[in-house]
Amino acid sequence: MDEQMKTTCLHGEHIALGAKMSPFAGFDMPIQYSSITDEHLAVRGKAGVFDVSHMGEVFVSGPDAERFVNHIFTNDVRGMEKGKILYGMMLYPDGGTVDDLLVYRELSDEVKYLLVVNASNIEKDYKWMLDNASGFDVKILNDSDNWGQVAVQGPESEKVLAEVLGIDASDLSFYTFKEGVWNGARMIVSRTGYTGEDGFEIYTSPDGTVDIWRKLIAAGVAPCGLGCRDTLRFEAGLPLYGDELSESISPVMAGLGMFCKLDKEEFIGRDALAKQKAEGVARKLVGIEIHDRAIPRAGYPVETPDGVEVGVVTTGYHSISLDRSICFALVDSASSALGTPLQIRIRKKTFPGEVVKKRFYQTNYKK
Amino acid sequence: MSKIVEGLLYSESHEWVKVDGDVAIIGVTDFAQAEMGDITYVDLPSEDDEVGQGEDFGALESVKASSDLYSPVSGTVVAVNEELEDAPEKINEDAFGSWIIKVRMSDKSELESLLNAAAYEQIAK
Repeated sequence: MDEQMKTTCLHGEHIALGAKMSPFAGFDMPIQYSSITDEHLAVRGKAGVFDVSHMGEVFVSGPDAERFVNHIFTNDVRGMEKGKILYGMMLYPDGGTVDDLLVYRELSDEVKYLLVVNASNIEKDYKWMLDNASGFDVKILNDSDNWGQVAVQGPESEKVLAEVLGIDASDLSFYTFKEGVWNGARMIVSRTGYTGEDGFEIYTSPDGTVDIWRKLIAAGVAPCGLGCRDTLRFEAGLPLYGDELSESISPVMAGLGMFCKLDKEEFIGRDALAKQKAEGVARKLVGIEIHDRAIPRAGYPVETPDGVEVGVVTTGYHSISLDRSICFALVDSASSALGTPLQIRIRKKTFPGEVVKKRFYQTNYKK
Repeated sequence: MSKIVEGLLYSESHEWVKVDGDVAIIGVTDFAQAEMGDITYVDLPSEDDEVGQGEDFGALESVKASSDLYSPVSGTVVAVNEELEDAPEKINEDAFGSWIIKVRMSDKSELESLLNAAAYEQIAK
């Protein structure tokens, strides 16, 4: 292992379980424990647990907290109820994406937030927040190193939390959270996830996270690696920063305009997005299905039936739950309508297919 | 510990070769299938395709990655194992029992550049 590589509080647990490890976002992370397929199916059918301690936790407080978060975030946090969560992005002025993130409105009377950001972007995001905080009376704390996080995902998640951890989460609806204490430390439990299934994310101290992980594994909950995290989120039509969102891919291009509230007075990137919405964008993210078992992988060219290159695959799999060869691709807007025939070049051959809906899998959230 | 079969020849890119007269029967090793994980697709060449030593003739796809297949010898493809199109998992189940292509060799001296079981064992770790 590279000495520069970071580890999560659960690293020793992964090694003990014999996980196949690989670098991800600067962390040495488990890709799989048994097989990606088995872990994927455990989450779709029962429940699985993921180490997501590498994610970043940034706390924003102070008199201008609401105004500041609304300045850097595309969704609208004004008047958010305590215990609610919103998904959205931080943007550059040109509409490119700094990161996608969750904003938790804390339970306190004082208006404060927890911002949960991608592991690969923690330092960049934190700096972005500090650089854009002038004129706002806020305190911004990157507390990522003091928090561990596990995601329990799958239709049996609520039961697992109750029976294994003694956490009653039956009163939580999708995108809400509650708090508790685990081993004397603060714990946040939210009904959120990245799999398309019902599930929860549990944030607490690194020590508490190890304790929770061990209890779940001892109870027979399947440990799940980043391999199936990607196949699951992909089937559910969820973007991954770096693939479907990036400095050069705006939320409008990615089809995530619904999380950008252009009716807000202002936020960084608002004008660029408004222009993109009004005038259209050159490229859009679409789903493509090909009629073969061959697998469209990131970087493979997308062509019209007469061989003109019009885009590139961003993520693709032979879908485990659907048994279809599908991908996300960024294509010229003229080729983005549902049903448009397109072909994908895979090594020396081309495979015909067409544009399909990006949400490949019918999600099962508990609304 | 992955399995290695005595009496076969091996490439450094983890293919095995069984020599049957002028024909090389080619598959991938147990080490290769274990590294790949669940194989979901095998991209096969066509019969009569010409292949060169060290050139790619197809690919294996697992859930996560694709891995090119390299021909250990030069020659003409005389048979492809079409059974693998519908049952790619057979390579995971029995890598040495699942041949992928048969090649009529154009230069049998190329076999001398391949590894024996003991030499291959040193790199399949």
